[in-house]
Amino acid sequence: MNIGEANREALRRIQTGTAILVGMATARDVVPGLRERTVLHAGPPVAWDRMCGPMRGAVIGASLFEGWAATPTEAVTLAESGALAFDSCHHHRAVGPMAGIITPSMAVWVVRNETSGGEAYATINMGLGKVLRMGAYDASVLERLAWMNCELAPIVDAALRRAGGVDVKSMIAEALGMGDEGHNRNKGATSLLIRALAPHVAGARTGDVERALAFMGHADSFFLNVAMAACKAVLDGAHGIPGSTVVTAMARNGTEFGIRVSGTGERWFTAGAPKVRGLYFPGYGPDDANPDIGDSAITETAGLGGFALAAAPAIVHFVGGTPQLALDTTLDMYEITLGEHETYRIPALDFRGTPVGIDVRKVVETGIAPVIDTGIAHREAGVGQIGAGLTTAPMECFIQALEALASPAGPAP
Amino acid sequence: MTAAAGRRAGPLLGGDTRVVTLGLELFAHTCAAVGVPVVHVDWSPPAGGDPRLAELLSRVTDETPCP
Repeated sequence: MNIGEANREALRRIQTGTAILVGMATARDVVPGLRERTVLHAGPPVAWDRMCGPMRGAVIGASLFEGWAATPTEAVTLAESGALAFDSCHHHRAVGPMAGIITPSMAVWVVRNETSGGEAYATINMGLGKVLRMGAYDASVLERLAWMNCELAPIVDAALRRAGGVDVKSMIAEALGMGDEGHNRNKGATSLLIRALAPHVAGARTGDVERALAFMGHADSFFLNVAMAACKAVLDGAHGIPGSTVVTAMARNGTEFGIRVSGTGERWFTAGAPKVRGLYFPGYGPDDANPDIGDSAITETAGLGGFALAAAPAIVHFVGGTPQLALDTTLDMYEITLGEHETYRIPALDFRGTPVGIDVRKVVETGIAPVIDTGIAHREAGVGQIGAGLTTAPMECFIQALEALASPAGPAP
Repeated sequence: MTAAAGRRAGPLLGGDTRVVTLGLELFAHTCAAVGVPVVHVDWSPPAGGDPRLAELLSRVTDETPCP
């Protein structure tokens, strides 16, 4: 097999991979290798002493939620002592937005790729305001975490099983026609998911149905975690093809940006996390912003988010720019991808498929970096989202990957 | 241009001038400004002209056998 054939196989697996939302489960029961006192986080691996503010805050909140610590001070002491094991979500078939913290007692969405046989996992999106993913850990956050994981998750799981699962790829495809791009705008997909589940939430006759439905509809980002798990399930199916130069993950831990490539095994290629250029909520500015953070760039890796920006002209009110910028951004991404998505299509481009299959070689050759459409977190734990905008993946990651792929000895594992 | 060169270029420049430019847009803008039809091709050397990166790219073409 040559590199061209390896890449065609990777693209074929991305196109044909399915993403069926089959239920919810407790992370310790389904996430592979998730042992007690283990904390999974967004992006490439990072130790406690190099974690950014929002991620440290989320670790504190998760430690309180798990009962590993009784106070924030105890949680910090615990983390500093080395008693917690930290690892990348991506090493465990999981993804998480912003800080991306997953611990054993948290409920996770279970998305199955029936083509590859693999599954992927993501926690429930907490909504807006003070949320764990932004590093908040006060009493209101802990109460919501407990309710989400102990009461909401069983309701949603019962509804999903009653519904026979939900085809997430089809739902995203429909949402692109409703002005979503699948990363920073999920208004359409969140509505579609609620529409699909509401009769089953009611029919399952379990728990506080009113609060469950109100919570699901509270924030447009409710669907984001589902979309991320779907993208992860599909892209993991295309990972591990010897010689392939296709990117299978882009992720940020708030300190570093990292990519993984199908043909280079488990290795990460990293560079400093970039700043996000965008619009800030009143009272905040660039000096308040944390560098780019979260696993949500898995959506761009799968042909959504910044790559599908032309489908979401309304997003420019949120991230800055013009509808023309949205179109131009998607058109640029065709320069660095191997194909056009057969399921995700853009009405404004005569239903052309979104650009998909990022090729490391094309990124280096053209000098065009993948564009990511994302939120901006405050650099201090617990403040929350302070804006949204666009950023680009660091070129250094792709140069490192090219060096590995071109190594005479072949890419090191 | 010498007379000999002018005779050789005669058929080329004798009729309407049609121009295709590559890379830098300045010449295309100049042609357009004086009313000469021009097609500009957006092109830049691979990897921004970095010879090390170009050499790396030459090792991983579609035809390169997988390791």
